[in-house]
Amino acid sequence: MDLLRFITAGSVDDGKSTLIGRLLYDSKNILIDQLEALERSTKNRTDGSVDLALLTDGLRAEREQGITIDIAYRYFSTPKRKFIIADAPGHVQYTRNMITGASNANLIIILIDARQGVVEQTRRHSIIASLLKIRHIVVAINKMDLVEYSQDIFNNIAIEYSEVAKQLDLKDVTYVPISALNGDNIVERSENMNWYEGKPLLEFLEDIRIDDDINLTDARFQVQYVIRPQTEELHDYRGYAGKVISGIYKKGDKVKILPQNIDTTISKLEVGGTERDDVFAPQAVVIQLSDDIDISRGDSIVKMENPPQITNELEVLLCWMGDKPLQPGNRYLLQHNSRLVRAVVRNIEYKLDVNTLQQRPVDESVKLNEVVKATIKTAASLAYDSYEKLNENGSAVLIDETSNSTVAAVMFQ
Amino acid sequence: MQQYHLDYLEQLESESIHIFREVAAQFEKPALLFSGGKDSITLVHLAKKAFAPGKIPFRLMHIDTGHNFPEALAFRDWLVNEVNATLVVRKVEDTIRQRNLTEPKGKFASRNWLQTYTLLDAIDEFKFDCCIGGGRRDEEKARAKERIFSVRDEFGQWNPKLQRPEIWNIYNGRIHKGENVRVFPISNWTELDVWNYIRKEKIDLPSIYFAHERDVIEHEGQLLAVSEFIHLDDTDVVVKKKVRYRTVGDMTCTAAVESDAITLDEVINEITSTRISERGETRIDDKVTEAAMEDRKKNGYF
Repeated sequence: MDLLRFITAGSVDDGKSTLIGRLLYDSKNILIDQLEALERSTKNRTDGSVDLALLTDGLRAEREQGITIDIAYRYFSTPKRKFIIADAPGHVQYTRNMITGASNANLIIILIDARQGVVEQTRRHSIIASLLKIRHIVVAINKMDLVEYSQDIFNNIAIEYSEVAKQLDLKDVTYVPISALNGDNIVERSENMNWYEGKPLLEFLEDIRIDDDINLTDARFQVQYVIRPQTEELHDYRGYAGKVISGIYKKGDKVKILPQNIDTTISKLEVGGTERDDVFAPQAVVIQLSDDIDISRGDSIVKMENPPQITNELEVLLCWMGDKPLQPGNRYLLQHNSRLVRAVVRNIEYKLDVNTLQQRPVDESVKLNEVVKATIKTAASLAYDSYEKLNENGSAVLIDETSNSTVAAVMFQ
Repeated sequence: MQQYHLDYLEQLESESIHIFREVAAQFEKPALLFSGGKDSITLVHLAKKAFAPGKIPFRLMHIDTGHNFPEALAFRDWLVNEVNATLVVRKVEDTIRQRNLTEPKGKFASRNWLQTYTLLDAIDEFKFDCCIGGGRRDEEKARAKERIFSVRDEFGQWNPKLQRPEIWNIYNGRIHKGENVRVFPISNWTELDVWNYIRKEKIDLPSIYFAHERDVIEHEGQLLAVSEFIHLDDTDVVVKKKVRYRTVGDMTCTAAVESDAITLDEVINEITSTRISERGETRIDDKVTEAAMEDRKKNGYF
């Protein structure tokens, strides 16, 4: 059994909460007491039906204000897969949340109301999916029951969306006509849409191949923590603990320590205290080296024949997440996995309109939820890859040292 | 390429170990909140693996309400010795005395609420800058929205509106003096994931997780163990039943379930076929209000 992480994008009006509720409900991941609570809250409804959207109802603080504050995580599983849903609010002001939820997702479900077709929000969600390089896209065309399960309407929306996908270079796009409210094509194939030849949504989510999402070619590893027991029997033990970001490491591999640029050899590999001949992404491992080198948190161990790029001046796409605007020239801390360096944002080239993809000149400051192309200068070198090539070694956050807030998501170009 | 593939439990384990190492590297003085329940036992197991062959580089802390199951306490001491960790215990009873608090009254007088005082005092006493907890997002609504690294102010309060974006696998644990961070390494695990992992890794558990005979009373459909901590009245009928616990908390607020499951396989089978959630079945304190956990979190609870 493996693990699929996905994000749902869409607003309440598109039936996003109902869809999630339906997935949990129909896959029998809703339990009796949760259902009772649901029925209690639904008592006031006149038609007596259960409101599945309430299953994903949030905090009291949110209910009181009638808004969704933050991303919520939901879990369900079938005999084939465990699923983690990042349920992100859809409104324009929540680009920050959507990026948070989308950053770890294998797949995104973009909901479209069959009566509305592709709208501005659809474009925005798709643009963010393309910026974050989410590999698999499912366009769920919802509320088919309200358009008489019309194949023509479904086809027209699919054609309309394929233009968006083409423009954004989204490759793996699948279209599913559904009614989350009635359960059409969610778990069971819908009797109302015999013209649809694809899989129901859940079956599609269970079957989609995600093995290739993990890069096993370019070996990348960053030291998180140095293990030095300094006990009598482990007096000289020095192990570099970290996660294999990508690729495979083998005992005896010739490796390079970056940014120091020192060559050495892997002498021992361990996972959870057990020795291994090889380790691979995304395992959490301990590497021992044959030479005594000064290595600390944030340093990279990579294979000699396939190193990443090294620089202290980065071209980046940056999504601003701070409440206070970005001040060009201000100093921030840049955290690239476990590596923390001082950084300055320079040369903001243009602002990217997340509704249209248009590049606009930067007239004033960069505000919350805005995406810009910029240059970042760092106080020490980073061993990095482009985000396009290797998400996890091509991304970082900026931290405001005075507030300690995470103020930007950064993608290296 | 099948040989280079992690199944879902291995992926969850790897993510949790990564989080543990970030904690050890980013904080000066973290502590692992240990309750004696299966989630915190799983945390200790993960921490052991994260830092092997070294020792776990932080202390375990038990906030002791004084209402524990004796089996859980005995297990706690055994485990601490087994993994060669340092345990600190701070007692709610001492807090009540020192701070002149009012001992809760009633049939199932629970000190659950008061743990927050003891926890915040202990954080202050030891200058802990990070507390690692076994909270899981599948448990209830408030937890579903909390970050893995959750910053708390000096009153221990959680502010859902001021959460830091947590992007990719980058964790920002920077704080100002007086603040602390609660870290939940098994946020993405479900109850069943924890049980399956316990089976896979052959992790030892306190005996009360398996079916045994016990004197219980029935209260609003739930079975409560007879102990010195609950007050029986004339209407209570004490019966001997074969039960096990699905969660281990205080004897005053943790309900047992009837069961014949004496092996881990049998327990997992029962849980898989149960149609009631963990908190709904076994925690009598969460029933008070729907927003009970949200309120407690905001006030500095785990």
